[in-house]
Amino acid sequence: MYVAVKGGERAISAAHAWLDETRRGDPAVPELTVAQVEQQMPLAVDRVMAEGSCHDRFLAALAIKQAKGDLIEAAFLLRAYRTTLPRFGASAPLETGAMRLRRRISATYKDLPGGQVLGPTFDYTHRLLDFALAAEGTERATAPEADAPVPAVPRVTELLAREGLMQREDPGDGEPGDLTREPLAFPAARDVRLQNLARGDEGFVLALGYSTQRGYGGNHPFVGEIRVGHVAVEFTPPELGFPIEIGEIAVTECQMVNQFKGSRTEPPQFTRGYGLVFGHGERRAMAMALVDRALRSAELGEDVTAPAQDQEFVLYHSDNIEATGFVEHLKLPHYVDFQSELENLRTIRAALVRESLREAAE
Amino acid sequence: MNAPLEGYNFAYLDEATKRMLRRTILKAVAIPGHQIPFGAREMPLPYGWGTGGIQVTAAILGPADTLKVIDQGADDTTNAISIRRFFTRVAGVATTERTAEATIIQTRHRIPEAPLRENQVLVYQVPQPEPLSKLEPRRAETKRLHALADYGLMHVRLYEDIARLGHIAKAYDYPVMVGGRYLMSPSPIPAFDNPKMHRMAALQLFGAGREKRIYAIPPYTDVRSLDFEDHPFRPIRAPQDCALCGSRESYLDEVITDDRGGRLFVCSDTDYCGERVAARGAAAC
Repeated sequence: MYVAVKGGERAISAAHAWLDETRRGDPAVPELTVAQVEQQMPLAVDRVMAEGSCHDRFLAALAIKQAKGDLIEAAFLLRAYRTTLPRFGASAPLETGAMRLRRRISATYKDLPGGQVLGPTFDYTHRLLDFALAAEGTERATAPEADAPVPAVPRVTELLAREGLMQREDPGDGEPGDLTREPLAFPAARDVRLQNLARGDEGFVLALGYSTQRGYGGNHPFVGEIRVGHVAVEFTPPELGFPIEIGEIAVTECQMVNQFKGSRTEPPQFTRGYGLVFGHGERRAMAMALVDRALRSAELGEDVTAPAQDQEFVLYHSDNIEATGFVEHLKLPHYVDFQSELENLRTIRAALVRESLREAAE
Repeated sequence: MNAPLEGYNFAYLDEATKRMLRRTILKAVAIPGHQIPFGAREMPLPYGWGTGGIQVTAAILGPADTLKVIDQGADDTTNAISIRRFFTRVAGVATTERTAEATIIQTRHRIPEAPLRENQVLVYQVPQPEPLSKLEPRRAETKRLHALADYGLMHVRLYEDIARLGHIAKAYDYPVMVGGRYLMSPSPIPAFDNPKMHRMAALQLFGAGREKRIYAIPPYTDVRSLDFEDHPFRPIRAPQDCALCGSRESYLDEVITDDRGGRLFVCSDTDYCGERVAARGAAAC
């Protein structure tokens, strides 16, 4: 006799205990500390902060440890935590022109005020596995230091804009939109689009950006500038009425310079694709800048034909927390719906058999 | 009552968020079947796993409520257990597996077999609130179609089934007209359950977290499954009796018992089935 499966609650507890055990791995190997994750996996921390939409290195590192290194799961943990935090306002726009630079490169000028600063980059490394890293405890050479820190330097796109060659952006008025408070509505304004891309899945935004380069809605971008460094965050408390600096965060900014044919009302000029992300995330910032520009197609009077130019397609599918939840929900029970499909199929097939028998008899 | 988890507000969400949700719910009740966008929050459970229903439940839940959570009609499915445990942890409310004892029932994919009462609320978890989504993926466009009550696309889709297969092949998430105005997704309940929505005494609330929409059917509202005069709507269930309680009316789960074609059918609504079995046992004593 069939007895309904019971004991789901005990099974869940046991499964989670097992999960804890596998997180720890072999107890003979020392346990990973959150500080080690934060210090030695800084790019994973940056990605989790960006996709988790919450700038806190310690919490991001804790989430990575808890998620066993699954970065989307870690971002999800951070997002869920973020919901419980009070929102006390919007900061002043970051002044990235005053950035304390670690890295700054331009692909449009050989040399420019402030020069090219490579900073800590994988670029030009040869991707050869370094077996010396497998040996622990060896002291690594320290990097030589320049005599003076890199001064704050003007943005490349600003230099172009002063000449009238780069379209100026509308500074907007009031607080920017926040899609964590208000649902997306279409057509979505650029502030909300940029927020969506900044916390979107790196792989998804990367692939969309790539698709524009391969001809699906592209427009010949140049990297005007990538800059990585620290910027001050300013906030105006209502009781003071003037902005105060509340801290400093690390960000990566990418400005892509794109062609624009011009229109009846505007002379031909360059247009901007913009990317700004938490931490050191060049791939994400560059892809974001490509997709930002693609999403401006409609407002710039270009044909909207490619996926990367389609607001609903891009903005509704970029969020990996939403995507992973919905894809993975398919493993939840669907017996009821499946049963209704089964009965439906059986009914239709039985009717077809009856029909063919009748035809054979005639 | 259990002590709620420390460091979190009652039912997890802060009061300002609950107020936003309640306003959305009120608007939804005022325009039956119309999807109202809302600022869905990121919950500690994944999108697609009931976050919309959880937010609706969190917004209407009070300390005196008794909560029942079902998935596929059953209280003991793992995700139902997980959601029930979540509310036990963050709200400390009483929970029950008895449909009659619950003041709030959160459900995925089923409507309980026993009729609900006026002082009960049925909260549906909704994966895709837009009934036209498979026919028109753009929300800007479906919004326009709803505004114009232009539901020709759906009628054509159902007609095509009849032309090709002899009858409508939609077995679940079968579209309904609410109050004669809005086309609505009943969530992926089997079409068998659709008639229970019509003039139901309980308030029906629908939460779609990932898609950030809430909609509602106030008590005693007309809910009609789309059909044609010559092809009336007919709910389908497996033609068998329940192997446990013998019911010929309830919706059945099919259970495979071996690899030689053996199968049996049991009620999907475990409380309904359990009550019938208990009543039969009591009668036999």
